[in-house]
Amino acid sequence: MMWNWSFAWHILPTILHGMVITIEATILGMLLALVLGLFWAGLLLLPNRWIFWSTRGITEFIRDTPLLIQLFFCYYVLPEIGITIPALLTGITVLGINYSAYTAEVYRAGLQNIPRGQWDAAKALNFTTWQTFTRIILPQAIPPIVPAMGNNLIAMFKDTPLLSTITVMEMLDRAMIIGDKTFRYLEPLTMVGILFLIISLMASALIGFTQRKILVRR
Amino acid sequence: MLHMLPMMLRGALVTGEVTAGAIVVASVASSCAVAMRLSTLTALDWPARVYIELFRGTSALIQLFWAFYALPLVLPFRPSPIITAIVVLGLNGGAYGAEILRGAILSVPRGQHDAATALNFSATTKVFRVVLPQAWPLILPPMANLFIDMLKNSALAGLVQVTDITFNAQILQESTLRNAEVYGLALVIYFIMALVLAGFMRLLERRMKFPVGARI
Repeated sequence: MMWNWSFAWHILPTILHGMVITIEATILGMLLALVLGLFWAGLLLLPNRWIFWSTRGITEFIRDTPLLIQLFFCYYVLPEIGITIPALLTGITVLGINYSAYTAEVYRAGLQNIPRGQWDAAKALNFTTWQTFTRIILPQAIPPIVPAMGNNLIAMFKDTPLLSTITVMEMLDRAMIIGDKTFRYLEPLTMVGILFLIISLMASALIGFTQRKILVRR
Repeated sequence: MLHMLPMMLRGALVTGEVTAGAIVVASVASSCAVAMRLSTLTALDWPARVYIELFRGTSALIQLFWAFYALPLVLPFRPSPIITAIVVLGLNGGAYGAEILRGAILSVPRGQHDAATALNFSATTKVFRVVLPQAWPLILPPMANLFIDMLKNSALAGLVQVTDITFNAQILQESTLRNAEVYGLALVIYFIMALVLAGFMRLLERRMKFPVGARI
């Protein structure tokens, strides 16, 4: 079976349509991961041992189990407990929660790099804990972790094809539907692979660029 | 839930097989790729670079589907699902492993390479007696993470007819419709397997901690 260019052109719009959903899922999932990850990292800073260990336990469990099974679990179990949301939303939520466990570690590393003296100084200046965290600590902790967050973003982008297993019509799902209908898998699957390759190469070039920028500024 | 256990454990055995096989493939692939990457010959460097970028730049599931659905149309034969899964997941992990090895080897000071050359060590002696012993402590922790990622990635094999935990869980889910129990059990089994693998890697790390001058 040889490569058929006219067939490839014919299916390109369908696949590009799927790419919109892929990118949508990546961006929304990452937003959730950024917010939730900061929440976990904040909990880990609290001086309460119980909160610390339960947060640790939750994030560790999330990181040590396959995303695919987490997706299946939520896709099948959420409707049972009365939550019926579109598959795409389930997918975005699971992606976001899964990656929040990773972004939490990145935030933690960033926060640990802030010298203790900054907290003490803010206290001496009569700042509240919340003010210290949002005005003093975070603005210093965020810029160095931007490249690491970017790497998480690329990793999440490459995990979005898993959403096809819960009927989300992203790129891979569309490619497989085309393949099942026409029995030509070579073109759609190769095209999806190439599109992923192009986007992730561009994204990692961009991350390398910002990383150099940040290093120069220091 | 108890009657599900035998089938899930049979799946766990296959998951273990796929993961172990993939780790072996990844170890070989990453060693070859890093040797080629570090060689001064462009003709060797480039193929390794393409391999690494290709597998790191696309998604593991797409690679697996491509090898399972598209590749047999081009190949004269059809490899069994488990072989396909082991090779693809292994090559995928190998691309990440090659970058880990490269980073660790390059972080061994240049002078160590030069000193080995000055002492007239052969290339093999230099690599195995001078460079690698110093690189190990930097290689193992990220390798442990990679292996756990590969264990988790092995769940994808269930989507291409490999009868692992994921595959058996899907069958149980369809026949019993006890969704929470089936997938909850699958999550727990994967978690335990990851903990065991992590524990094993930590043991290895501890033993490799002082590879140079270990006899104190």
